[in-house]
Amino acid sequence: MRYLYYPGCSAEATGKAYDISTRALMAKLGVELIELDDWNCCGATSYFSVRELDSFAIAARNLSIAQAQGDEDLVAICNACYTTLSKTNRYMAESDEVFKAVNGALGVVGRSYDGKKPVRHIMDVLINDVGLDAVADKVTRRLTGVKVAPYYGCQYSRPMGTFDDTEFPTTMDSLFKALGAEVVDYPSKLKCCGGLMMMTKEEGALRMCHELLKTAADKNADVIVAACPLCEMNLEAYQPRVNSTFGTNFKIPVMYFTQLAGLAFGVEPKKLAIDLQLVSCDDVLAAIPA
Amino acid sequence: MAEEKIGVYICHCGTNIGGKVDVEEVTKWAATQPNVAVAREYKYMCSDPGQDLIKNDIKELGITRAVVAACSPTMHEPTFRKAASDGGLNPYLLQMANIREHCSWVTIDPVAATAKAKRILSAQIHRLPLNEPLEPIEVPVNHDVLVVGGGIAGIEAALKLSATGKHVTLVERNPSIGGHMAMFDKTFPTLDCAACILTPKMSALGKDPNITLMAYSEVEYVEGYVGNFTVKVRKKARYVNTDICTGCGACQEACVVRKVKSEFDQGLGFRSAIYIPFAQAVPLRATIDPAKCLTLSKGKCKQQTCVSACGPGAIDFEQKDEVVELDVGAIIMATGFELWDAAQETRYGYGRLDNVITSLEFERISNASGPTGGEIVCKNGEAPKSVVILHCVGSRDQNYQEFCSRVCCMYSLKFSHLIKEHLPETEVYELYIDMRCFGKNYEEFYRRLMDEGVNFVRGRAAEVTDVALSPDEEGRLVVKTEDTLLGIVRRIPADMVILSAGLSPAHDAKEVSQIFGFGCSANGFYLERHPKLEPVATVTDGIFIAGCCQYPKDIPDTVAQAGAAAAGVLGLVDNDTVKVEPTISYIDPEKCSGCHICVGLCPHNAIQYNEEKNAAEVIEAACKGCGVCVSACGSNVPQQRGYLDVQIFAEIEGALAV
Repeated sequence: MRYLYYPGCSAEATGKAYDISTRALMAKLGVELIELDDWNCCGATSYFSVRELDSFAIAARNLSIAQAQGDEDLVAICNACYTTLSKTNRYMAESDEVFKAVNGALGVVGRSYDGKKPVRHIMDVLINDVGLDAVADKVTRRLTGVKVAPYYGCQYSRPMGTFDDTEFPTTMDSLFKALGAEVVDYPSKLKCCGGLMMMTKEEGALRMCHELLKTAADKNADVIVAACPLCEMNLEAYQPRVNSTFGTNFKIPVMYFTQLAGLAFGVEPKKLAIDLQLVSCDDVLAAIPA
Repeated sequence: MAEEKIGVYICHCGTNIGGKVDVEEVTKWAATQPNVAVAREYKYMCSDPGQDLIKNDIKELGITRAVVAACSPTMHEPTFRKAASDGGLNPYLLQMANIREHCSWVTIDPVAATAKAKRILSAQIHRLPLNEPLEPIEVPVNHDVLVVGGGIAGIEAALKLSATGKHVTLVERNPSIGGHMAMFDKTFPTLDCAACILTPKMSALGKDPNITLMAYSEVEYVEGYVGNFTVKVRKKARYVNTDICTGCGACQEACVVRKVKSEFDQGLGFRSAIYIPFAQAVPLRATIDPAKCLTLSKGKCKQQTCVSACGPGAIDFEQKDEVVELDVGAIIMATGFELWDAAQETRYGYGRLDNVITSLEFERISNASGPTGGEIVCKNGEAPKSVVILHCVGSRDQNYQEFCSRVCCMYSLKFSHLIKEHLPETEVYELYIDMRCFGKNYEEFYRRLMDEGVNFVRGRAAEVTDVALSPDEEGRLVVKTEDTLLGIVRRIPADMVILSAGLSPAHDAKEVSQIFGFGCSANGFYLERHPKLEPVATVTDGIFIAGCCQYPKDIPDTVAQAGAAAAGVLGLVDNDTVKVEPTISYIDPEKCSGCHICVGLCPHNAIQYNEEKNAAEVIEAACKGCGVCVSACGSNVPQQRGYLDVQIFAEIEGALAV
């Protein structure tokens, strides 16, 4: 199994651990990831809201490189990258105007794109290509007794719901069940974390994070697992700010799902960059049976 | 052929055609075409003065053929053929050229539309000299009627027809008639008890000597044509001899398998493996569920308590399905609806969160004969302090069903009333998009509910969750919604959430419609012949529709439609004969080689093999003119009257001649 791999900007900074753990996990599962040549920002969030067409053009540059580089599907790890890249394909297919404008922009740098490169989420690959049976077969340290709150984030399945239910996804639940964990009922799984609002309207974003953390605490989760670098950062790095604002005392470990899954396959914590987490994951590590 | 005189009549249809096609230009052009003696235009050709143009030309100008360029032949071909006939011309010497549905309505450019109209007209002008006069075939009519579906629509239609002395067979899929209405507690806006007004009709039907009730049966096969349908009905094995079963219910009390979810109670209550679905069931007879009965499913039920409990000895494990053949003259389809599956709307948590229930479940909870004895309670047995009713679940939603289900606003109001009546202290919220209270006394009922203190919040719920953010929400459900009148987002704590789910076509509506040979609309409901003027007829002569199988409707509309369908049927089966189209196929025995290919292919069993002549022959009364034999024959022997090869080729030549 081979894929072209699009790490995304966060993977080189705040979301480094997501990138490192993804590579380690996939290597362990025998999935080859070939990093996309000379990739640029996916065109997410601020671009989309302000200058939509520019955003399509930026995304399409990545997709056009991917098409030239190989026949493999392009895999993204960040929810926003995944959604932006897929959305560009969809808009190019649905609108002649967008198709022409995007190719006009690409033409300036001597590129073109037909809008047809398949874009996949890393979870989609794990669940549907590797398969839950194969995943369950390769587990060496079952996560028995670890209470996991699967946090999907708002752009995981919305708006298209390509590989999971749009409004109530369950793929991450089934992955961790296959890994032996106790998946808690986490009804806030698709609630927004506040996203970039943390920079512009902090009190609003903190309220949203508070709801997510409180639900996890109410459900007695040992760890929240995330599938998006921004979600992960907001939930983890802003826990002290949530605590001081709402008078709470949360100290909930937040991990990338690839980190916790990696542990189940026997990858060393160091190789999964667990030491980079801000809230200590020691209790989680200790809870996993040897 | 050269001496044929063709009259051409071009309709403006107001601006429907005239707004796009240059009718004057087409008329001038038509006058120059071969054999055309006269070409006229008129604003509305279907009006009396329009029809008179044709009649007068036949009489005064001696027109021998006519073509009307107007709407689809399904619309007005009968009108104009009648006019031709009144004028003294054989009606089959008149052709329609459809320049509305096939041209003006679907062409943007007026120049292109005008050119296309000429082409369509030219095809008919070229074929007309080859038309032959035909005479309608008159066939006898069977006076008996089949009604499919035993809800309020089917019951009403059957009773109406029986009152006129016709014999009706009513086929119902479930063990009892009654349909959805039998499950309801009260009916809006009058608050009559549904059972009180329905069960007398059910009981009357069960006793009616003119009605043969075949419950627990399904139609498998239909053939024939208007006035002469042959229907095969599968009577499913009940494993109970219904002739001697008295409906005492002792067997269901004795049965050891007692925890089967009751379909009638929407899975909220239980029945036994042998059961009578509800106390007022008609026929009041027991049925064994073969999937749940230990004897039938596993071959071992040591005690067979039902057998020993049954006084008359009605239980018969050896009973088999039986296929019964019926001959009827007309059919009414009244197969009803299914509630939209609310689990699809995952945001509302149906099936995941306790106390999120569907409207039909609430009907059973509020019903005195239901699983809670009419007590409105949550799963834990406690009365809810706050109930939120979500409108338009699955309806008016581009993700699911775009249409309005028409009854949900009103039944939601009824629910609010019932809750307020049972539990005056309970807060009730209705989350609506628009209140659609369109019927007689409906708006007044809405006003009454406002006075009863129900909270009406205009907004579609975003989600139902059990995540509590305040002490008041702990351990309860919370409905998040935008209140579009206040312009705020609200969190409404609730102990019970009722999903007012929309009405869907039956899951097998399409397959069933195919068995009977008519179609479904894009939204999946049975397609009526005309949405305004033929709402209870189908494209198949002799088959009518009534009730929610056509589109969601309330009980008054359903009953009215059932009456209309019964009247339509009566207008047909009250006659001794009916005229059917003569455009059927014929086989020249001299040319037929007797290869049998058409015999096996005919979908209507209308071709038989005559050994004496060593040739196939068409049974005229059975042929529906589908053309399968015409296209299948290797020697081109079968020909369909009105659609002869030479006529079709002439049409093609005409279309290409412009």
